Amino acid sequence: MIASMAGALPTEFVMTQISYAAVLPMLLVFGGAMIGVLIEAFAPRRFRHEAQVTLTLLTLVAALVAIATSARDHQGITAAGAVVIDGPALIFQGVIVALAAVGVLAMAERFTADEADAFTQSGAAVPGSPREAAAVRLGATSTEVFPLTLFAVAGMMLFPASADLLVMFVALEVLSLPLYILSGLARRRRLLSQEASLKYFLLGAFSSAFFLFGAALIYGYAGSLELSDIATAVQNQSGMDGLLIPGVLLVVVGLLFKVGAAPFHAWTPDVYQGAPSPVTGFMAAGTKVAAFGALLRVLYVAFEGVRWDWMPILWGVAILTMVVGAVLSVTQTDMKRLLAYSSIAHAGFILVGVLALNQKGVSSTLFYLVAYGFMTIAAFAIVALVRSSGNEATHLSQWAGLGKRSPIVAGVFAFLLLAFTGIPLTSGFTAKFAVFAAAVAGGGTWLVIVGIICSGITAFVYIRIIVLMYFSEPAGDTMVMTPTVMSTLCISLGTLVTLWLGIIPSPLLDLASQSTLFLR
Amino acid sequence: MLSPYLVVGGVVLVGVLLFVAAMGARRLIAPSAPTPAKESTYECGVDPVGEGWAQTNVRYFLYAFLYVIFAVDAVYLFPWATVIRSSDLALASLAEVGIFVGVLLIGLAHAWRHGLLRWL
Repeated sequence: MIASMAGALPTEFVMTQISYAAVLPMLLVFGGAMIGVLIEAFAPRRFRHEAQVTLTLLTLVAALVAIATSARDHQGITAAGAVVIDGPALIFQGVIVALAAVGVLAMAERFTADEADAFTQSGAAVPGSPREAAAVRLGATSTEVFPLTLFAVAGMMLFPASADLLVMFVALEVLSLPLYILSGLARRRRLLSQEASLKYFLLGAFSSAFFLFGAALIYGYAGSLELSDIATAVQNQSGMDGLLIPGVLLVVVGLLFKVGAAPFHAWTPDVYQGAPSPVTGFMAAGTKVAAFGALLRVLYVAFEGVRWDWMPILWGVAILTMVVGAVLSVTQTDMKRLLAYSSIAHAGFILVGVLALNQKGVSSTLFYLVAYGFMTIAAFAIVALVRSSGNEATHLSQWAGLGKRSPIVAGVFAFLLLAFTGIPLTSGFTAKFAVFAAAVAGGGTWLVIVGIICSGITAFVYIRIIVLMYFSEPAGDTMVMTPTVMSTLCISLGTLVTLWLGIIPSPLLDLASQSTLFLR
Repeated sequence: MLSPYLVVGGVVLVGVLLFVAAMGARRLIAPSAPTPAKESTYECGVDPVGEGWAQTNVRYFLYAFLYVIFAVDAVYLFPWATVIRSSDLALASLAEVGIFVGVLLIGLAHAWRHGLLRWL
């Protein structure tokens, strides 16, 4: 056995060829994050916010341009089979960067103050301690959030583009670690935020361990961690299913954790509630896109040959996710928790698209992710604006009569809720239609029936909020902060994309269906 | 097909059995005459102070972090040292290690500027 392994080793050292043009977008984002860290270290405090926001947005725009130009012209598997830049990878990266740019706009909101409004001025200090008071007096800032966001974005970009389970694991960590910190940095209700951060970290560590253990089992089975080699082994090798099937399931469980699918959803409501609202929006959108991208690649490229072993289990997960998300969102009284359960339900709907296992499955999943991402970032940006006695007014009763107090904000939020429901002329309708159509074509009629029932249940939840905003009397001291240009831009972009994808969905649908071919 | 793993499992099992046998034999053979002085925690001849659960200064975690960064750094530098003289890899590997160490130095610069290297 040892002799055969020695024979397989290459006799001469071969330098890895990296197509820098193909990975340029990721390098740009990593580089931007590095410069952000240097700004954090050397720039004077009063310039940091402007410098960081400008740098972050420029980096993201540059990355988007690089994806559309240099990376698109240099598709292929590169970096010694570690990174694959193909149609799906490119479009997922583009979506992640675009969503991140919109999310950063919401994070940069500072109203009339000197520093970002959503973030604490001293994340390391004990809440309410003299050290925290001193930091506030000295005008400390939390501009680290911008480089951290860029690091997370870089990890998210690598996640769906990794052609190797180990690279995928590294990407998973690179995208998760900054998010753990970001979710603990809320300025208000800091204990809740820190609790969210800790819970997210612990459960994230569990899911990483699941993923890694699964990858180890698959290595034992296939003798390689590269997705294409695993696919070949699955096709040609018989026996050793005792390693393969648990390996597949553990890897998938690790990914489903990140997606927030039931029964691995328990962290979602707590983390979404505790994290600063703009971060929640960014996290909900970006992580979902990245994790579904990785899930699609793993299932479609590596494990397609054993689909009959994992399909029934994922069917169960999809049904459970939709039902748990829909039913539990009915009982929620907190706006952010409600949106968290809604995100679980949406993860279930997206899984229905993933399980179609055809080209339509890829394109409809992608369309749904874009639609969900933009509406969710805008919704959380609005949640950050609604205040009651200095805090975010997250209890549903505090939203009563918002339509009378500030008709524009309530109107936009109502529109986003209709999009969450999936009413025609919003992107939500097209997205749901696309995934359900793909699922029917892929033989998942039962999934679609459950999906439509769950859609009906969630519709009740969203319509109830609209009724609450428009048909009940205002109570308490709820008020809406006047957004500056940053939030306004973020909410408008999110809403306009939602409207645009509802009325003219074909450009994105065409783009998505042209880029469904995974390179193996 | 799983037989190599069976061997590994067997070795682990034998190891556990050896340990249990040694400890069990000691338990059976050794005389036991406990006194309060013998039962107390052994701290190099000094009388133990306080409980087993004590607070330690959390400040050390920063040094632990920085140490881990540079320990990992060193692991990558050793294999590099073996190829730095070869003609075809020298420049490319120099640039790559430069980037690698540069990234770590950015982190160190950030920690330094934020006063994390200063002992309070």
